[in-house]
Amino acid sequence: MTDDSQAALDGGYVMVIGLEVHAELATRTKMFSGAPNAYGAEPNTNIDPTTLGLPGSLPVLNKRAVELAIRLGIALDCTIQPSVFARKNYFYPDMPKDFQISQYDRPIDVDGHLQLPSGKRIGIERAHLEEDTGKSTHVGGAGRISGADYSLVDYNRAGVPLLEIVSRPDIASAEEARAYAAELRAILVATGVSDGKMEEGSMRVDANVSVHRPGEPLGIRCEIKNLNSLRSLGHAVDYEARRQVAALLAGETIRQETRLWNEQTQTTATMRAKEDADDYRYFTEPDLVPIAPGADWIAQIRASMPVLPAERRARLADAVGVAGGAAESIALLVERGADDLALAVIAAGAPADRALVYIEQYLADVDPSAVVVSDLAALVSMEAGGELTTTQARKVLSIMVDQGGAPAEIAAANGFESVSSDSLAGTIEAVIAANPDEWTRYREGDDAVRGKLTGFFVGQVMRATKGNADGAAVTRMLVARVES
Amino acid sequence: MSDDVVALSARSIAEAVASGELGAVEVAEAHLETLDSGDAGIHAFLEVTAERALAEAGEVDAAIAAGASPGRLAGVPIGLKDNLCTRGVPTTCASRILEGWIPPYDATVVTRVREAGAVSFGKTNMDEFAMGSSTEHSAFGPTRNPRDTARVPGGSSGGSAAAVAADLVPLSLGSDTGGSIRQPAALCGVVGVKPTYGAVSRYGLIAFASSLDQIGPFARDVGDAALLLEVIAGHDPLDATSIPDGIPDVVDHLDDGVDGLRVGLVAGLMGDGIAPDIAARVREAVAVLERAGATVEEVVMPTFASALSAYYLIAPAEASSNLARFDGVRYGLRVDAPTTAEMMVATRTAGFGPEVKRRIMLGTYALSAGYYDAYYGTAQKVRTVICNDFAAAYEHLDVLVSPTTPTTAFAIGEEIDDPMTMYLNDICTIPSNLAGHPAMSVPFGVDGGGLPVGVQIMAPALGERTMFRVAAVLEAAAQSEVAA
Repeated sequence: MTDDSQAALDGGYVMVIGLEVHAELATRTKMFSGAPNAYGAEPNTNIDPTTLGLPGSLPVLNKRAVELAIRLGIALDCTIQPSVFARKNYFYPDMPKDFQISQYDRPIDVDGHLQLPSGKRIGIERAHLEEDTGKSTHVGGAGRISGADYSLVDYNRAGVPLLEIVSRPDIASAEEARAYAAELRAILVATGVSDGKMEEGSMRVDANVSVHRPGEPLGIRCEIKNLNSLRSLGHAVDYEARRQVAALLAGETIRQETRLWNEQTQTTATMRAKEDADDYRYFTEPDLVPIAPGADWIAQIRASMPVLPAERRARLADAVGVAGGAAESIALLVERGADDLALAVIAAGAPADRALVYIEQYLADVDPSAVVVSDLAALVSMEAGGELTTTQARKVLSIMVDQGGAPAEIAAANGFESVSSDSLAGTIEAVIAANPDEWTRYREGDDAVRGKLTGFFVGQVMRATKGNADGAAVTRMLVARVES
Repeated sequence: MSDDVVALSARSIAEAVASGELGAVEVAEAHLETLDSGDAGIHAFLEVTAERALAEAGEVDAAIAAGASPGRLAGVPIGLKDNLCTRGVPTTCASRILEGWIPPYDATVVTRVREAGAVSFGKTNMDEFAMGSSTEHSAFGPTRNPRDTARVPGGSSGGSAAAVAADLVPLSLGSDTGGSIRQPAALCGVVGVKPTYGAVSRYGLIAFASSLDQIGPFARDVGDAALLLEVIAGHDPLDATSIPDGIPDVVDHLDDGVDGLRVGLVAGLMGDGIAPDIAARVREAVAVLERAGATVEEVVMPTFASALSAYYLIAPAEASSNLARFDGVRYGLRVDAPTTAEMMVATRTAGFGPEVKRRIMLGTYALSAGYYDAYYGTAQKVRTVICNDFAAAYEHLDVLVSPTTPTTAFAIGEEIDDPMTMYLNDICTIPSNLAGHPAMSVPFGVDGGGLPVGVQIMAPALGERTMFRVAAVLEAAAQSEVAA
């Protein structure tokens, strides 16, 4: 890529970022047992002998989790290969067996890529299946396990299926890091692989950040954890790169370590150095057999793949017919799954720009599949054609959503008739005549004064027309009258 | 009366109970009557569940009275090795770390024998976590050999072998990781079977070494062992390594004879390190087979010499991971300490016996970074080579025959302080575990001191039917010799 995509750092340094994303899979049950996979249950209720790692319990692989891993592999253009589970051994109270079952040297998905909306391709090194751990709450002390008075463990999350998606270090700025995570989340949601909710922890992002000067070998990287939103991701990556550059410019060296992002201080701090890292003593999980998905099964999954977000955005952008102005709205509608509705409403004749506003803003909380396309298209067209004011159209919309019905009938039943320009001009004259002082101040005032008084005059006109006037038209006419 | 009943075979009891000739409660009472005194000098049982046994027997009688078809083990008393999870009954693996732990679920084999009408009499003694060859490594005191109470019954399933040998119960279940069913069967003069890996579900078996562990039957004769094997074998969706189609039936082919079978006598297991009396009995055994129409040839299994070394890397490596969960957090012993990590160390230090600690350390070392390839990696390669060696032999042979053990029962205390000598007890039995093949020990005469000798029959995977045909011929010959 060109240097434009790389954030400017002091001393000619550039960022090199790789992201590790953990996505909880949208399965009904856990990775290796029939216990429910559900967020928000009472502690220690979604458990069974295998979840608790009780002596004698055994793991049995969840086929749906494998299918979802294959789905994501297809979406990211990965090679889907025969894979093997291993045990990652370390002692921790929220890990019931004191080992985690995870794919190690034979992951299911390898060598793919993700294309950012900017067009840049980020390589995907691998995506592998593993089980989640439980959750510890440390009471007393600093809320960390050391120094706590006691700890509570909730095993509901233990054994929840995870896909860990590891990018190549192709990401060159905080903005790209955010775009990558946002696009990956959109793909996870669109493919039904995960609900992608960062706030519920069903998508978690760790960032590997290093800096170097172009042409020189890559720098030592630090892994940043505790990134709970895309915003934190961006800030943390930026902070960390600048910290490393400052250290290097001061003649210090960077230590390979894991650092925690602190949301309060907006800084990263050492969590553990590499030399303190555990020896995980990986070996093949003997209680499971290798996964070798057949070509038929993969073909079947491939045939059932939905249209991916990038193509959906392109499709909607085509229909809207603008080059880039509506890109954000389009991305949002695709993320919300409302793009098919927008396409249909535009196809039914509604003006595209207003259709996007309706669906993005006015119908933000409405299930897109519950909207009658022809009614919405008709309403958008009525408003755009001046038959209804925006205020009226929104009232009609809310009735339409709540009770159903054709917009023309709802408008008629509520006595909504747009006030014509002639009668509106008359009303405005009458209002001005009745409020001469305000009019003088409006005419002679600066922008701030005019802004305030615009509200006053629009209010007066609305009162006189029982709300049937178009506020925007009143404003335009007031401006026109001063300038004439 | 009770003497007559306790001398009956499992088949006779099941037939008598099914026909109404005997009540299951009557059978249970007769066995319980002799059990207390009978076990006093042997300590085969860690826990006798007399009340449960009577209640279960009552249910069997009631079901039959109500017209339900009696199970194949109707009313047959059975002992369960204490590493098999039993709902509501303490399951300890003969370890302080699990003392008093009561599982909330039954192992699949426990469910299967109960559904077949068997009546559980309780939990049998074993070497702690099945690590040992003498049952002296039980945290709750050794079991004595009913044939000579100054001697060990073998191990690790010594309690199960002794219980059957002492006529306390006609059947019992054990587990065999490197010989833990066959070796005690040989030392106690009973039949012991290690089925094909995956033939019997391991769900609910507290793991020692997952890739080697198999549950199998003990019985006083070959017919009873075959019956119990058929009851416990078969696919289990709760064990991912369970063979989908199960094993071929055995009981109906016990009398098929060995005419035309090709038998290999393992030359390397007939010389150095094998007691001459045992080698002599094995030679007599193959002579019996030859007279019954089998062809016999000596076969060299060059890789068997490496089996013990490979086993003592693979089994401890898996054990070090399997036993990690005994950390004081969720169940079993907890020794309090200021921090979680210290609590885990204190708990494991107090809870595990010396042999278990030795193997955990061995296994942890074998898997450690920098040593993995030299130890665990090499051991896995040896395992593959042993499988190839077996495959080559089975190209022209149907079964292999060898001694089960290098010596007959040794004195209590004789080998306990010498781990290497103790480990050599498994030299004949380990290859079948590494290959996942079935093997069994059938009593065949005695040594000069009158102690039982076991002959081992090995077969390729799923070769149980052929293996049992050979066992039946040897048993008939051994019994006619005794009769003569």
